[in-house]
Amino acid sequence: MIRSELIQKIADENPHLTQRHVERIVNTVFEEIISALARGDRVELRGFGAFSVKARDARVGRNPRTGESVAVDEKRVPFFKTGKLLRDRLNGHDTGPDDDE
Amino acid sequence: MKTLPQAIDIDSENSLTHAPSKILGDGMGEKTLTRMDLSEAVFREVGLSRNESADLVESVLQHVSDALVAGEAVKISSFGTFSVRGKAARVGRNPKTGEEVPISPRRVLSFRPSHLMKDRVAAGAKS
Repeated sequence: MIRSELIQKIADENPHLTQRHVERIVNTVFEEIISALARGDRVELRGFGAFSVKARDARVGRNPRTGESVAVDEKRVPFFKTGKLLRDRLNGHDTGPDDDE
Repeated sequence: MKTLPQAIDIDSENSLTHAPSKILGDGMGEKTLTRMDLSEAVFREVGLSRNESADLVESVLQHVSDALVAGEAVKISSFGTFSVRGKAARVGRNPKTGEEVPISPRRVLSFRPSHLMKDRVAAGAKS
């Protein structure tokens, strides 16, 4: 499923909203998650999962082509951990809406 | 004059501010956002009622989950890709007792952030 298909599904279920509105809604949800992570915040969506930022230490890397060492700066990377309910659903345990860590 | 009644504090706006939950580990985050914050953003940006905004946020998460449970990958351009991978059965070990336990085959979800997300997270608050 891609973004436009997700938008279409939600638009189909909400005939009172225009396609344009649904696009803005879906985009806002994802944009809000990215902005939160960019600030170093965490986004916890019970039953679905949690987005967070992990720090990676600076290290000495190597250019795989030339073998040359290069300094790699410390950096921050996005991380997603699947929520318990979704993990259970993926494995066929369709539990109730009560979850989660 | 001094009989003016005390103003009743009906300003409950503050109850919506986030609890200052600390991130564990690297200690650089400040807040934890929840569904409520996402609904609030939809409410602000799109101008639907708070209730409807909350329902729509839920609907987004529900559709993404359902597609994944059906075994589909979910690709959200400029956000990232969620994909489901199968893991074979293996023999695990209880780290406390050393006992061998069979681990059944399972499906796990992996998320690959888009370049845009990685870049914005790496750039931090500057972006």
